[in-house]
Amino acid sequence: MLAFTIRRFITALISVWLASLVVFSAIIAVPGDPAAIILGLNSSPTARAALSAKLGLDVPAPQRYVRWLGNALKGDLGESINYQQPVAKLIGARLQVSVPLALGAALVATLLAIPLGILAAMKRGTLMDPLVTTLSQVGAAVPSFWLGLIFILYFAVQLKVLPAGGFTPFGTDPVKWFKGLVLPVLALGLGQAAVMTRMTRAAMLDVLSQDFVRTAKAKGVGPRSVVLKHALRNGMVTIITILGLSLTNVFIGSIVIEQVFALPGMGRLALTAIGTRDFPLLQGEILVYAATIVALGFLVDLSYGLLDPRIRYA
Amino acid sequence: MARARKLIKRANLIVGAVLVGTVVAAALLSFVWLPTNPLSMNFASQLKPPSAAFPLGTDHFGRDLLSRLLVGARSTLYVGVIAVGLALSVGSVLGALAGYLGGVADEVIMRVVDVAYAFPAILMALLLAAVYQPGTLTAMIAIGIATVPVFGRIARASVLSLKEREYVEAGRALGVNHGRLLFRHILPGAVGPLVVQGSLSLAVAVLAEAALSFLGLGTPPDVPSWGNMLREAQGFMTMSPYPALVPGLAIVWTVLGWSLLGDGLRDWWDPRG
Repeated sequence: MLAFTIRRFITALISVWLASLVVFSAIIAVPGDPAAIILGLNSSPTARAALSAKLGLDVPAPQRYVRWLGNALKGDLGESINYQQPVAKLIGARLQVSVPLALGAALVATLLAIPLGILAAMKRGTLMDPLVTTLSQVGAAVPSFWLGLIFILYFAVQLKVLPAGGFTPFGTDPVKWFKGLVLPVLALGLGQAAVMTRMTRAAMLDVLSQDFVRTAKAKGVGPRSVVLKHALRNGMVTIITILGLSLTNVFIGSIVIEQVFALPGMGRLALTAIGTRDFPLLQGEILVYAATIVALGFLVDLSYGLLDPRIRYA
Repeated sequence: MARARKLIKRANLIVGAVLVGTVVAAALLSFVWLPTNPLSMNFASQLKPPSAAFPLGTDHFGRDLLSRLLVGARSTLYVGVIAVGLALSVGSVLGALAGYLGGVADEVIMRVVDVAYAFPAILMALLLAAVYQPGTLTAMIAIGIATVPVFGRIARASVLSLKEREYVEAGRALGVNHGRLLFRHILPGAVGPLVVQGSLSLAVAVLAEAALSFLGLGTPPDVPSWGNMLREAQGFMTMSPYPALVPGLAIVWTVLGWSLLGDGLRDWWDPRG
């Protein structure tokens, strides 16, 4: 297991390193003088020179990259031009919005999708299967941000039971915090649940058709035990992949949902950074997003290895 | 029940083709006929519900939603088809090369292709928006890059299994060069799975294009697109739900169409699935 973990960890590190190269190269590819773009064409040459020095543009790009990456490894992502604050601090503050949103949506998706997927697989040949399959197919086609708009229209505007947007920190008022997150979490989680239901159903059908399940049935094990004790355990590898994939999807999907519900999370911060041409902030944000995605992939692979010895010895 | 299942499988293909067909027809129709100019503002008929004059209602500028919907179908197809076409070409070639060459080349190619996994379309679009003015081209490239790995993986897996076949061995024994062997004899065998994935990726691309336009990172505001329409409708939903409902339903329709078509094609090609 250790060799497998180390091998996967090195691969993940290479992926993060390559991602950092992409992020850094994209920003240095900005045509023209970044200082002039940020400050505007009417800015004074002195101000531009000062900003260039602050951004480290006066040193060659490879040197700048090494410095940027070295600092990033220590948790220093530079300083935002617009907010005049450390990028890491800004991102940290926004995580209190984006993390509960993504985790809540992943939880909703998992709690709905796994039972529904298993049910559809168990009830194959009855009306329940095509019903769940059709619902999940349609659900997966609904854009989360449109669902969010519909929720606002119905629950916030018509019924007035939940807020249409905004964020209250947990420490200020836990009830308001919860109420503010319900609609965004549902908008993000339901579509994901639809995607996950289809995948769980397929994974379970695959396991249920295997010999060991037939053997268990032949030995007189009840249908509930066959699914919960035999099939589900073996289907877990696929279900964990689906979970990891859905965490990535909701994390990225939160960028759009934050915009719909006016939530001050990481996604909104990134969009503001584009509007204000705040390159250090944008660089830091995209690196954090990409590294999180790679890290999630790494965790999924690790759980594979734990659940299925064939994978770690492959 | 088996017969019913067979019918359902065919139904996927038929319903998918019909849904996608209507969107293609709407886009083509918009080139030759539109009820009104989709850009012309009419302040006397702002946010009107559906009527004989405006079959799907109007938006906050009094623009006809049906005309905008038809023109929007163009943006959806244009961005989706080009982005997925780009991803399919690049991904297939890279994946096929990785599978055919094997060893270090395989490792290096797939590691580079996998980097794109860390950059889903929205993230790539944010990065591109920092460098260039966000627009249709950046959205297309972002969606395309994000979609490359899935085609790379499929092409690689197919080539790995096909290159061991006897007809390939025979070709090699006859002295057919590597390029011809790979692109003329092996890769065509992977067309089925790639086309199925193409259709499924188009469903994802339609969602991504709409999301990017909604965020202001896709189709420019002066060109009608479904994502733009939703973005503009957001501020006026309490006054009229139609500007938000119409493009949203169109997106669901199209995404459902591509994913049913993909599923239907898969069942057609691989009836065991």
